[in-house]
Amino acid sequence: MTVTEATAAASVVQAKGLGLTFRTNDGPVQALTDVNLTIGKGEFVSFIGPSGCGKTTFLRVIADLEKPTEGTISVNGLSPEQAREKRAYGYVFQAAALFPWRTIAKNIALPLEIMGVPDTERKGRIERVMELVNLTGFENKYPWQLSGGMQQRASIARALAFDADLLLMDEPFGALDEIVRDHLNKQLLELWARTNKTICFVTHSIPEAVYLSTRIVVMSPRPGRVTDVIESTLPRERPLDIRESPEFLAIAHRVRDGLHAGHSYED
Amino acid sequence: MRWFTLSWQAVAAIMLCVLAGFLGPMTQAESDALANPTATFAYPFLNSKSLIFDLILGAAAVSMLRIPRLAAAAALAIGAHVAAWMLLTGIAGFEGTALASYYIILAAAWLLAWRCVTVLSTFKPASRVASVALRLVIPLIFGIWILIIWEAIVRGAGIPFILLPPPSVIGVTIANSIPTLAADVNQTIFKSVVAGYVIGCGCGFLTAILADRVSFLRRGLLPIGNMVSALPIIGVAPIMVMWFGFDWQSKAAVVAIMTFFPMLVNTVAGLAEAGHMERDLMRTYASNYTQTLIKLRLPAAAPFIFNALKINSTLALIGAIVAEFFGTPTVGMGFRISTAVGRMDIDMVWAEIAVAALVGSVFYGLIALAERAATFWHPSVRGG
Repeated sequence: MTVTEATAAASVVQAKGLGLTFRTNDGPVQALTDVNLTIGKGEFVSFIGPSGCGKTTFLRVIADLEKPTEGTISVNGLSPEQAREKRAYGYVFQAAALFPWRTIAKNIALPLEIMGVPDTERKGRIERVMELVNLTGFENKYPWQLSGGMQQRASIARALAFDADLLLMDEPFGALDEIVRDHLNKQLLELWARTNKTICFVTHSIPEAVYLSTRIVVMSPRPGRVTDVIESTLPRERPLDIRESPEFLAIAHRVRDGLHAGHSYED
Repeated sequence: MRWFTLSWQAVAAIMLCVLAGFLGPMTQAESDALANPTATFAYPFLNSKSLIFDLILGAAAVSMLRIPRLAAAAALAIGAHVAAWMLLTGIAGFEGTALASYYIILAAAWLLAWRCVTVLSTFKPASRVASVALRLVIPLIFGIWILIIWEAIVRGAGIPFILLPPPSVIGVTIANSIPTLAADVNQTIFKSVVAGYVIGCGCGFLTAILADRVSFLRRGLLPIGNMVSALPIIGVAPIMVMWFGFDWQSKAAVVAIMTFFPMLVNTVAGLAEAGHMERDLMRTYASNYTQTLIKLRLPAAAPFIFNALKINSTLALIGAIVAEFFGTPTVGMGFRISTAVGRMDIDMVWAEIAVAALVGSVFYGLIALAERAATFWHPSVRGG
């Protein structure tokens, strides 16, 4: 723990005055305005907000899948493009996006093949990450033979396989039912504790954000912006029933307040 | 417990037999013989008529007893096909003399075959071999009956063989001219079609990838490609003969032109098939163009590419055969068809058509098998 705290100062993501305006046929749309945020090493940061608040866009800017139109952002001290080319992060999408013509093991091998990891090393890495997400024994199954939750776990294993220190997760459990989601949340926390990665996690579930995060970034739409950043006071060790504790409920309450304050639906 | 189960096909077959017995003679010759009992001359079904009736009635009755389904199916198959065989051999030599009873008995036999297929299709065999055999037997019976009805009507109604020869005559022609047919298949299929197909599909595929890579080609070539594919490409056959000579090269050129655009258009569509999320995923790995192409976009395009390969397999055959009408050495399926028609040798034309259909089906079947193996993951193949 002390090691983590000591290195927490080193920033992984640093955004200053970041803005992104999409040019559409209906005129410009401000997806992000004036985002200032620093994410330290080993943090678990959740982005929460209603649809259109730019939380996914921000994640995509970090991943160099979108280019910002204003401000600056650095990832590991580099530009997002340089960071992407150095394979600095693993990205988990809303859907598993596994290739149906590859077995689970082959799907996890995909980034390793592209990055030129030698054959001899691949096998051990695949075994290790499959064990991390509790999928041992399913190596030779095809994605369509697995349940949705198992597919999403396989996609997390794929993002972990090449040992990037930063994990970007875009509503990875959004399409799953509550029971599976609870289970995967718990596993994700354990995984985070074991690997000591920095995780950026987009969600629209308040309990999920509070349960998982060390820091919660509340965002609001039109234009997409950060309205509140909440430091979690919960301990790093979090059993599922921590969600009934008054401390948890207090943080959840503050998140909800933040969402309401920035919300323009009722106006 | 009832000791029999009714089936409408069997009941209808029995009723048709009764009707045929009531109507009397099956051929004009038989009618003449009955009208003139003192004269003795041979007429069809002289000895076999009662046997045909007994077979159909017996098989229909047995099939409705409560016996194992396999036994019922066997009884129906034997009854229907032996009766049909006797009808066909009996009418030979007396073409054009059939009366209503002949066709009614034929219909009765056909109903039994229908019942037989119905019984067979209710089987759920446990072993793999048996289920494959069953899958083959059902269309086989269906196909045999198309030939039986064709043969029976052509002979019964006395249709001139020059208009439509019966299948038996086509079969004899095939058997008697195997060396000629083999030479024609070798010339048309193994030289023109295979060469043209490989060149046409290969160029279409490579052009699609080029067009995907170079946007100027994509914007310029594809609209023109769509226009050219609408042209009657067979019209270029005489020009190809001028360019490449009379031998197979000119036919291969026609086939190549015909197969090029379906492959181009399908591959371009297939390359657009990979989803945004999958492309983004490859981008997060900093995957280069070639890696993304090979690992994501080509596998995703495979169903489209196989579609083009299947379309092209039939197009190639048509192209090669028709192109031979415009000038060819004295061998080839198209050459044979055009010269046989000129000599009123219609049996040979049909023999070539039958061989072309067979080769075309095998060609298509091989590609379909390869498709199943290569796109096993696609919902249309894995069934879900």
